[in-house]
Amino acid sequence: MKLTKEELEILYILEENHRLSTGVIAKQTQLSEEKVEEIIKKLEENKVIVSYPAIIDWSKVEGQENVIAMIEVNVTPKRGVGFDEVAERIYRFPEVSSVYLMSGAFDLSVTVEGKSLKEVATFVSEKLSTIDSVVSTRTHFILKKYKHDGVIIEGKENKDRRMVVSP
Amino acid sequence: MIDVNQFLSKTAAELPPSGIRKFFDVAAQMENVISLGVGEPDFITPWSIRDETIASIEEGYTSYTANPGLLELRQEISNYLKNRFNIEYDPKNQIIVTIGASQALDLAFRAILNPGEEVLIIEPAFVSYPALVTLAGGKPVQVGTKAENGFKVTPEQIEEALTPNTKAILICSPNNPTGTFLNKDDLTKIAEVAIKHNLVVITDEIYAELTYDEDYVSMASLPGMYERTITINGFSKAFAMTGWRLGYVAAPEALIQAMLKIHQYTTMCAPHMLQHGAIEALRNGKDQVEEMQRSYRRRRNYIVSSLNEIGLECHTPGGAFYVFPSIKNTGLTSQEFAEQLLKKERVAVVPGNAFGESGEGYIRCSYATSMEQLQEAIIRIDRFLKSLNVKQEQVAIEK
Repeated sequence: MKLTKEELEILYILEENHRLSTGVIAKQTQLSEEKVEEIIKKLEENKVIVSYPAIIDWSKVEGQENVIAMIEVNVTPKRGVGFDEVAERIYRFPEVSSVYLMSGAFDLSVTVEGKSLKEVATFVSEKLSTIDSVVSTRTHFILKKYKHDGVIIEGKENKDRRMVVSP
Repeated sequence: MIDVNQFLSKTAAELPPSGIRKFFDVAAQMENVISLGVGEPDFITPWSIRDETIASIEEGYTSYTANPGLLELRQEISNYLKNRFNIEYDPKNQIIVTIGASQALDLAFRAILNPGEEVLIIEPAFVSYPALVTLAGGKPVQVGTKAENGFKVTPEQIEEALTPNTKAILICSPNNPTGTFLNKDDLTKIAEVAIKHNLVVITDEIYAELTYDEDYVSMASLPGMYERTITINGFSKAFAMTGWRLGYVAAPEALIQAMLKIHQYTTMCAPHMLQHGAIEALRNGKDQVEEMQRSYRRRRNYIVSSLNEIGLECHTPGGAFYVFPSIKNTGLTSQEFAEQLLKKERVAVVPGNAFGESGEGYIRCSYATSMEQLQEAIIRIDRFLKSLNVKQEQVAIEK
């Protein structure tokens, strides 16, 4: 899909902060508010904009700390559907937060979130490994998140160190 | 008690303090201030540049470099000026790496000015220009521009200011504090006057990468201008490297060699390890510069629309990260406006007269701050204007 300069600019803006009002985006892009709304609607309808999630540091919320594992999965692809069928079987589980088809030593990279180590381990052994075409799994638990989707979780650089007024 | 003032030179004693200084002292002591008074990027230097510099320290690059800077860096600067602005400077004898563009300006004035020779300064202008001319023994001659001309100088204004002692004209595009961008036509007009009257043109192109609507044209690339142009640029604004104090000057060989003598006696060379960071900036920094440009352009559009909407008329500046709205409809002076706005609403802006007399009636707002801060600043300024009972007529935005 070929986008116009304005559409691309709006994507850049939303990727950085999708909570800006259309009024502000209109000013930033020198477009009318109606035009901005129209562009956003079009991009949503075409699934160029898929969703607007927030990045949340759950480790800060008492009682909501979760366990995340990244799992390398080897599978046997099926004739005609390749990896898509098994990927779909995996991504339908709500515990699974991402599934990517990878080049290299394994096939699917699967991210699983759970309330505890046990919960994730149970999911891997009882749900994931038991899928027919899954040959093997290697589970890596995330110990700490430093940067997620381009956002530094807790950086030293967020502080403005500039003087209040300068020439 | 000895009066220590007696030890001061006449020049130092008479040098006026920067108009910004006073304001800084007040603002710095207040809390919860939203500052639109900052004359530098809100980005931190891209990591690859910092990383390269750290590595150069680890590897022991702690000695002096050649006086004009590392040849490798001068080569990169030369390539950049050729590729970006189509001007050719020999890295071996036409470029000096300096301590910020400020030192480059100092070198330029010292190299060309005889006592009493005049330099035309297009105002409103960066606060250092007149002082640098004075310190070099010259005489600064202010040429004030007008908002209705988009703060661009006209050839007539330049000719009116000429005297037999006029040696040079200093231009800065995009401009601090007005953000005014001079396109090829504007530069050509200035060039014609310079050629006609045999003037040197010193062009401060520090904001060249922060240009939002038109392609940048460098003065030295215009016909007949190369020999009489001193090109000054640096890393501060384009690469968010203000604190590094790294700039450069490029000019015909005879001028550079004169500047080099002054440079070697006064500063020896720019810091070695930082020059390695600058090489990385020129080699691999393009994408990050473009990303910053996009971000500034958005914020410029936002603040221009918003200020006009709340009744502070301002033109759309073609570059830098400043807008220069008129506050004449408030009946206050620039100084009063800035002081009251700071006290009542805790928004710091710089009074326009800090940049020369022609800046009176305007304020400089820097939009090198986050969108959240800008939005809040607009709310506060709007409230401030309402408290002054200013008739807030929505001003049509000129494009």
